[in-house]
Amino acid sequence: MKITGAQALIRSLCNHGTEVIFGYPGGQILPIYDALYDCEDVQHILMRHEQGAAHAADAYARATGKVGVCFATSGPGATNLVTGIANAYMDSIPMVAITGQVRTTSLGKDAFQEADITGITMPITKHNYLLKNPKDIARVIAEAFYIASTGRPGPVLVDVPMDVSLAQVDYVPVDKVELRSYKPTIAGHPIQIAKAAKAIAAAERPVIYAGGGVISADASEELVELAERTNILVTTTLLGKGAIPETHPHSLGMLGMHGTAYANYAVAHCDLLVAIGARFDDRVTGKLDAFAKKAKVIHIDVDPAEVGKTVHVDIPIVGDCKKILIELLKHIRPREESTWNKQVMQWKTEYPLKYTNDGELYPQFVIEEIWDVSKGDAVVVVDVGQHQMWAAQYYKCTFPKQFITSGGLGTMGFSLPAAIGAQVARPDKAVFNIVGDGGIQMTIQELMPAVVHKLPIKIVIMNNQYLGMVRQWQELFWNKRYSSVDLTAQPDFIKLADAYGAVGMKIEKPEDVRPALLKAMEIDDRPTVMDFRIAREENVFPMIPAGQSIEEMMLHRPKIK
Amino acid sequence: MPKNIIQHTITTLVENRPGVLARVSGLFARRGFNIESLAVSITNDPSISRMTIVVNGDGNVLEQITKQLNKLIDVIKVIDYTDQPTVERELAMIKVNAETKNRAEIMQIVDIFRAKIIDISEKTFTVEVTGSVAKIDAIEALLESHGIQEMVRTGKIVMMRGANG
Ligand SMILES: Cc1ncc(C[n+]2csc(CCOP(=O)(O)OP(=O)(O)O)c2C)c(N)n1
Ligand SMILES: [Mg+2]
Repeated sequence: MKITGAQALIRSLCNHGTEVIFGYPGGQILPIYDALYDCEDVQHILMRHEQGAAHAADAYARATGKVGVCFATSGPGATNLVTGIANAYMDSIPMVAITGQVRTTSLGKDAFQEADITGITMPITKHNYLLKNPKDIARVIAEAFYIASTGRPGPVLVDVPMDVSLAQVDYVPVDKVELRSYKPTIAGHPIQIAKAAKAIAAAERPVIYAGGGVISADASEELVELAERTNILVTTTLLGKGAIPETHPHSLGMLGMHGTAYANYAVAHCDLLVAIGARFDDRVTGKLDAFAKKAKVIHIDVDPAEVGKTVHVDIPIVGDCKKILIELLKHIRPREESTWNKQVMQWKTEYPLKYTNDGELYPQFVIEEIWDVSKGDAVVVVDVGQHQMWAAQYYKCTFPKQFITSGGLGTMGFSLPAAIGAQVARPDKAVFNIVGDGGIQMTIQELMPAVVHKLPIKIVIMNNQYLGMVRQWQELFWNKRYSSVDLTAQPDFIKLADAYGAVGMKIEKPEDVRPALLKAMEIDDRPTVMDFRIAREENVFPMIPAGQSIEEMMLHRPKIK
Repeated sequence: MPKNIIQHTITTLVENRPGVLARVSGLFARRGFNIESLAVSITNDPSISRMTIVVNGDGNVLEQITKQLNKLIDVIKVIDYTDQPTVERELAMIKVNAETKNRAEIMQIVDIFRAKIIDISEKTFTVEVTGSVAKIDAIEALLESHGIQEMVRTGKIVMMRGANG
């Protein structure tokens, strides 16, 4: 029996386990939305902007480990997805984006709402398709899911011309994908693994540096086992948060520009750095020739192109982090806790994370209270800016896929739509959205679907009435010339919440923080918007200025001379 | 050329599909690399195309590009022929001014380079020449003095010497 291309597409998506689609309709994708109307196995969440759809699908993927799916129509719908696709690409998130396109006969003719979206997204997708032949629908969707979710994950875009959606096709499901040109390396080389085990046994001052790759490979258990058996301390990247519980005695928290001083000291002085599923981003390394300069480097990563990209690697092991760690653990003998660990712990006592306690409302305190109230068990979806770094420093993650934020692209506006994706993925968890007063205004429209779907997201606006992170740089490196960062002109977020049908609260004093959070925890049928009026000019410390080394680390605001 | 910058010859075997050339050339363009020459055609397997790319650049950056090329889903294989024993050929057609008084000399040059005159008009010869890039550079330089009207070169193609591919 023949069905339409659009129906074949929806069936293919279902066949690959799609349960939720985040999207926004329009003319050229109409046949697909029509087919969706009859499909009971998939929930569609109508976002209020295509960027929101992409971020929601991205966060759904981050929270579940499954492939996130988003829809947009041709032209402006497709171009509105671009930031979201780039965001997923930079953080290696498995996502399939389906876009409508003008008829194949109109391609390249500047037809109404035509945009060359495969051309536009070429450098920000793992792969993309212009699906010109209706016969290929099932195969292309199968390949898209396979490519998005295997090897180093990433977004795949499938552009579907209207006539392809409308065509009559025989639908034959495709489950198995065979691509001669795409064979991701899975197993690590045994000789390299043995070498790594030797290096670990021989090291006096080893440190593990774990990234988002550990989480996407589901390798947390193995990572913790390695850390415990060898007594090696672990620091994680922003995206690696939760790879090891940060309440674990072996956790050093986050490293890098705003990482803990002790994690950065440990890396600066270690003689062996075991990098797992991490890519030596400049926000982690700072000045390259000063980074871990006394250390031999083991690099475990699924992407061969990451090995040796910026930092010299002594023992590269390419493959799936989980598989490699399982093999590596077979060679690893228990190690005693060394004086090195004592030294690092000493740094931890000497240079703890700290903030002022003078009666003002400090963001770090708010995060600590959120942690307390949520018992460290919430999914935390965080935007970009100062509040992101405070959240990373003070919300101690206890499980993988708990901390969701835009790392590589640093996309303001990511977090509210992302919180929708996360709450849809994890109805069992409290979801906190920690966001700046700047970032929330970039995607505030997504309050609507959160209300419509009764998602009890707890939105924490860290309101400093500034583009705070930019102001911090201006304060420290640009002579306090506060060019275009003042956000005192802003909407009344309480009224705004009310207008959307969410609950609004304003919190100005430290003692009001906990009652507000507790109240938010009680609400289970709509989002809560909490406007925290925090100390306006609080800065994020420690800070290693961009491109500099640990010697330049600032632990607090420079004293005025 | 500054130190570290050397000429690389990279060959990729790719799926013979629309858009693949854009993906491949995009990796060079994004890093500000100019492609000196590019030859693309199908292979003995019509579903596979072969691209031979000549570019000048820093070895480390090119290694990174090669790795990124390998990651492209449509790329089946990447071979960097730099420093490998290869045979290389390029073909050129050169339309050169050929007044009666110059014709004998041009024909002599053509002869020495084992080139061919493939078209002729009252005022010009069109010369076809194949050989290494250096050989074509050499004949071009000699014909230059007669005035080259137009020239087209295919770009270099290479193959490994011996039985290995
Ligand atoms: C889309 C986008 N535009 C601009 C930036 C640059 N940027 C980084 S942090 C920041 C300030 C964010 O302000 P806010 O959301 O209020 O958070 P805060 O730093 O005050 O906590 C800006 C403008 C960005 N990261 N993303
Ligand atoms: Mg702000």
